[in-house]
Amino acid sequence: MTLLALQRRMAADLMRPLAPGDRLDPKTKAAYLKPNDRLTSRERLEIYSKSYWYRLLDSLYEDFPGLRAVVGQRAFQRLAQAYLTDLPSQSWTLRNLGSRLEKWLRRNPAYTGDRLRPALDMIRLEWAHIEAFDEKFEKILGPEDLLELGPALRIGLQPYVRLIELRYPVDDLRVKVNAASEEHGTASNAVLKRKTGGLARRIGAMDPEHIFLAVHRHDFMVYYRRLEAEEFRLLSALRRRLPLGEAMEAALEDSPLPVDELRRRVEIWFATWAELGWLC
Amino acid sequence: MPANRFNGFTDYGIGVGLRIPHYQHILEKKPVVGWFEIISENYMVDGGRPLAILDQILEQYKVVQHGVSAYFGSAQPLNRDHLRRLKALVKRTKTPWLTDHLCWGSVDGTYSHDLLPMPYTFEAARLTARKVRAARDFLEVPIAVENVSSYAEFHESEMTEWEFLNEVVERADCGILLDVNNIYVSSRNHCFDPNDYLNSVPPERVAQIHIAGHSKFTKYILDTHDHPVIDPVWKLYQHAIQRVGPTATLLEWDDRIPAFGEVHAEARKAERYIAVPTLVAP
Repeated sequence: MTLLALQRRMAADLMRPLAPGDRLDPKTKAAYLKPNDRLTSRERLEIYSKSYWYRLLDSLYEDFPGLRAVVGQRAFQRLAQAYLTDLPSQSWTLRNLGSRLEKWLRRNPAYTGDRLRPALDMIRLEWAHIEAFDEKFEKILGPEDLLELGPALRIGLQPYVRLIELRYPVDDLRVKVNAASEEHGTASNAVLKRKTGGLARRIGAMDPEHIFLAVHRHDFMVYYRRLEAEEFRLLSALRRRLPLGEAMEAALEDSPLPVDELRRRVEIWFATWAELGWLC
Repeated sequence: MPANRFNGFTDYGIGVGLRIPHYQHILEKKPVVGWFEIISENYMVDGGRPLAILDQILEQYKVVQHGVSAYFGSAQPLNRDHLRRLKALVKRTKTPWLTDHLCWGSVDGTYSHDLLPMPYTFEAARLTARKVRAARDFLEVPIAVENVSSYAEFHESEMTEWEFLNEVVERADCGILLDVNNIYVSSRNHCFDPNDYLNSVPPERVAQIHIAGHSKFTKYILDTHDHPVIDPVWKLYQHAIQRVGPTATLLEWDDRIPAFGEVHAEARKAERYIAVPTLVAP
């Protein structure tokens, strides 16, 4: 067997979902591994298979505490295992493990029962949280950049500012879950024991609420800031690098607010964004 | 032989792995530490707290990069995105040498995020050495490969683990990050004498040494890095120092991490062996 063939076979075997009791799938033979006087070939592979599943499930568990609260602990375990089975990691870093979760869940809605919409919103928020934590910081816009102030000026938005439109107030829930995790967080061994626990108990029904959110960071901490609809549209237009004039037009032309009120708010928004260092 | 071409001709002493729970203590108390080893992948990001912390550490301490995802032993080519980010980090840290594991972990673009054992074949040695050379040429920094703990052996193997290590490092002309705890763990899991392993390691290629704790189970030992170093591993370390000479040594502690002072004190136990090594013929 070539090296590539051997590695393909072992990877397929150890990435196969564990059977009940966290045992290796009975169909897996692992005949390419030598047994020793204490362990069969299958038992030796099982050490690696458990390690694989515990490590990846723990990573999703830590990255998506809000999703656990939305769907409940058991449903989350089923969802996470199915997701990793369908879409194993394709990145060298575990940071990106949940990057395809939203798209996957849209194709597999049954895993959330009657909580699909809030679950999708929570995934989008939690993925934005991950991105806001370590995305790039660009040089902040300074007075020298505004010398040619006018409708053709292009203003950028810091890459770490993530803009999301949500149908459920999942930001409030995520803040509560995060506070609970910080109070009760404990370290456990990722290889020996799968992380479980009741912090993220399934929440009751959540009333819909249309919200616009900026997920950003300040002093290296991630924050959520609710935005007005027009503010969100204007920031989104700046993100697309539209010239300022076009961005204002695209964001504000359908606003029901009077022009004077819009002008007042735009001034406040720009002052706030500048203070937060969002413009670049 | 503390300084050699595989560790950038440096003379580093005892180091500690930089871990998140210790950030605040290190930045506030500024403990005297020989050097810190960082997990490269934790800092191969575009911005935010990881890089801000790293920059503060770099202002005051020597840093060496240790990777977990190069997968030199995977049968397919190196990941270019990984290498590009790794090179950016190398420029940032100015690491005098860089380490990663003699293992595989990805196939067909799918990642296990584990350090999987190699079949000890000549085909695997040739391919692995070629990838180590390619990485070194691209990164422009000396590379040392680390022997991993393993829990399985392949029927396909054509040699012992230490013969395989030698085959790879000779072909790649690279250094060795000698993990004496991993030698101990694998020796217990595969029933070989760890001294046979140590005695076969070419001392002139050892760039760095790792020490760590592990967990014992009924039928095997797991490399968990969550305990102090046990006496048999210290004995192996002493043996290694006698063969290799005083060498940059790093304590790994990755889970159930105690206070920084405790980790540092555990690492500094190595001074007992480094201070007065009795050199013996290889």
